[in-house]
Amino acid sequence: MAAMNMIQALNSAMDIMLGRDPSVVLLGEDIGYFGGVFRATEGLQRKYGEHRVLDTPIAEGGIVAAAIGMGVNGLRPVAEIQFADYIYPGIDQIASELARIRYRSAGDFFAPVTIRTPCGGGIRGGQTHSQSPEAILTHISGLKVVMPSNPHDAKGLLITSIEDDDPVIFFEPKRLYNGPFDGDPNKPAVPWSAHPKGQVNEGHYTVPLGKADVVRRGAHVTVITYGTMVFVALAAAAALGVDAEIIDLRSLVPLDVDTLCTSVKKTGRCVVAHEATRFGGFGAEILALVQENCFWDLEAPIQRVTGWDTPYPHAFEWEYFPGQERVKRALSLVMEAA
Amino acid sequence: MTNPTRLHLPTPPARPGEFPDFSYVHLSPAGAVSRPQISARARDLGSLSTELVRVLDDAGVAVGPWQPHLDPKELQVGLRHMLLTRIFDERMQRTQRAGKISFYIRSLGEEAVSVAQCMALRPGDMLFPSYRNQGLYITRGIPLVELMNQLLSNTHDMCKGRQLPVMYHSKSGNIFSISGNLATQFPQAVGWAMAAAIKRDDHVAASWIGEGSSAEADFHHALLFASVYQAPVILNVVNNQWAISTFQGYAGGEQRSFAARGPGYGIAGIRVDGNDFLAVYAVTQWAAARARIGAGPTLIEHVTYRAAAHSTSDDPARYRAKDDAEHWPLGDPVLRLKQHLIALGEWSEERHAALAAELDALVAASWKEAVTHGTMTEGPRLDADLMFEDVFKEMPEHLLRQRELMRAERGAK
Repeated sequence: MAAMNMIQALNSAMDIMLGRDPSVVLLGEDIGYFGGVFRATEGLQRKYGEHRVLDTPIAEGGIVAAAIGMGVNGLRPVAEIQFADYIYPGIDQIASELARIRYRSAGDFFAPVTIRTPCGGGIRGGQTHSQSPEAILTHISGLKVVMPSNPHDAKGLLITSIEDDDPVIFFEPKRLYNGPFDGDPNKPAVPWSAHPKGQVNEGHYTVPLGKADVVRRGAHVTVITYGTMVFVALAAAAALGVDAEIIDLRSLVPLDVDTLCTSVKKTGRCVVAHEATRFGGFGAEILALVQENCFWDLEAPIQRVTGWDTPYPHAFEWEYFPGQERVKRALSLVMEAA
Repeated sequence: MTNPTRLHLPTPPARPGEFPDFSYVHLSPAGAVSRPQISARARDLGSLSTELVRVLDDAGVAVGPWQPHLDPKELQVGLRHMLLTRIFDERMQRTQRAGKISFYIRSLGEEAVSVAQCMALRPGDMLFPSYRNQGLYITRGIPLVELMNQLLSNTHDMCKGRQLPVMYHSKSGNIFSISGNLATQFPQAVGWAMAAAIKRDDHVAASWIGEGSSAEADFHHALLFASVYQAPVILNVVNNQWAISTFQGYAGGEQRSFAARGPGYGIAGIRVDGNDFLAVYAVTQWAAARARIGAGPTLIEHVTYRAAAHSTSDDPARYRAKDDAEHWPLGDPVLRLKQHLIALGEWSEERHAALAAELDALVAASWKEAVTHGTMTEGPRLDADLMFEDVFKEMPEHLLRQRELMRAERGAK
């Protein structure tokens, strides 16, 4: 075991996969010689060569399309889109192509592509470096969608994603790269080295897709969340003194419905929290599933905690971000309801 | 083991610890490239897209058919705008380092592109800039205080706190809002120019992207639509050699010039010395005249050098040779225009020093005024309610409700 932040854990996952499997290649903007703008691929081109870790032109549509072609020709590409906000030029290739090649060719062709991309706010990134577009991707049939919240899960999930024969969109909440963040920007940053999930196995291991993690056992309310909001939810429940069961989804597609419903049936109350905008967000899907499966066990209407339905504003980052106050209000509402 | 089918992987000529080498940059002697008639057809422009239009020679003398014959007073205005851009950049970089603004992007070494082009266009022409065109705002007379208010996201910010620093716009100055996503403005400028033609007015549109961003599909959309409709637009690729850590070979610059993509689409392409104020002015004047007489669009490649980091989040010492800008064969645009004016007897070291001092004082006074409207940490702050405005023209019910929730949340803290 070694102390790793999330960047180091992701780097370790890619290092191991490049070493184990000669068909794994990395490609993306600034990822080669430079090691990536967040340094996730640092040292990998030097170690595995320029034919395994490729710098690319600034063309997200081209990156995804080339990854598809490589995948069809037997490679296992891991593409980086520098910010999730830049994924849109690649959406046609992702939605119309990557997600459907297996289906439309009746299984004769497939492209085992993993697309890594940093998402979320809290780094003063303004409206083009802060977005959480996961719901746009979960809405497309044929894609798996993953978002880890800590170094241990990040490494295991990335290895699983790379080994998966289906396309995986791998979102990395960049506010969590260096440490667990509880939503209070004024507190001193906590490094991953001070957190148990920052202790990472240096070898090969996997974390399965479609298996949620119950990060805190509790009796009174279930909080279903993922990514940046996991530690915010933990802190808010603690501050409010609520005995909350907090579930980190880790994988949005496939989704661990059993774990969610078992918990909600036990607690009878549910809050869903994500950083992305509310309207048509992934929380709406969770809400629908919980309602379909747990209606007769619910003691109160389910509450959602989300970002507002506006672009992510530079000057109002912390008014926009769904921090502890917003989580506490939702928890209070579900706890107060008869 | 060698395999002839292996990929070509572009490699810059010098990495950290190596000596800068710019022998790959194809140069033409100053004054050597001919100047076609403005009505010439794109297919008759010969090698304009592969040679390099230059006016100022090494002694600072203007030579050849592209001399724009500007009055020295105009040249002094150009020098002032470039120097102001540079001093403004330097000061804002320092304020970022001091934690007063969250982010900054300098245009060091590329000032001639924005300033000379803006001077060669008319005030009614519409500009679709990238994030490294601050000279456009300065040349169009946007007060520095307005730019600084944006950088500070303060109570007088034109973007109402919504944009990263440097993503300015100016409605009255005819400068479009900067996206932050790359190359999107390029085909939009073509659409604006198509509208000008539909409306039968004689305004042209101009847009700028880096050579790195020319890799995006939007670059190709722009050239295609410009070609099909022969729209009155000037499309500029600012080839500053670097896209963050990736050198221009990764945008396809090793095989052919960026300007040569123009003829590939059937539109005029010109390659120009981007650090030569007079050459940039002249080719822009030529392209604008073509657009206004209906002779169609022009793609201009400005050969220049990004002398600074990509942004305040970047460290070029990790990927390129140290002091490389000092070895750039096309020199520095401010120093070259200064040298030219001195050679004309229209400028001196003393006047230059006095101008620099005056502009320094202007930037300092502007900053002093801007911070009275608030900074990230002190003074008045924008009302957070503004976050919900302008998502739509009229605020819909769900946003009104969310605004109430946000107010309650702030009250609870």
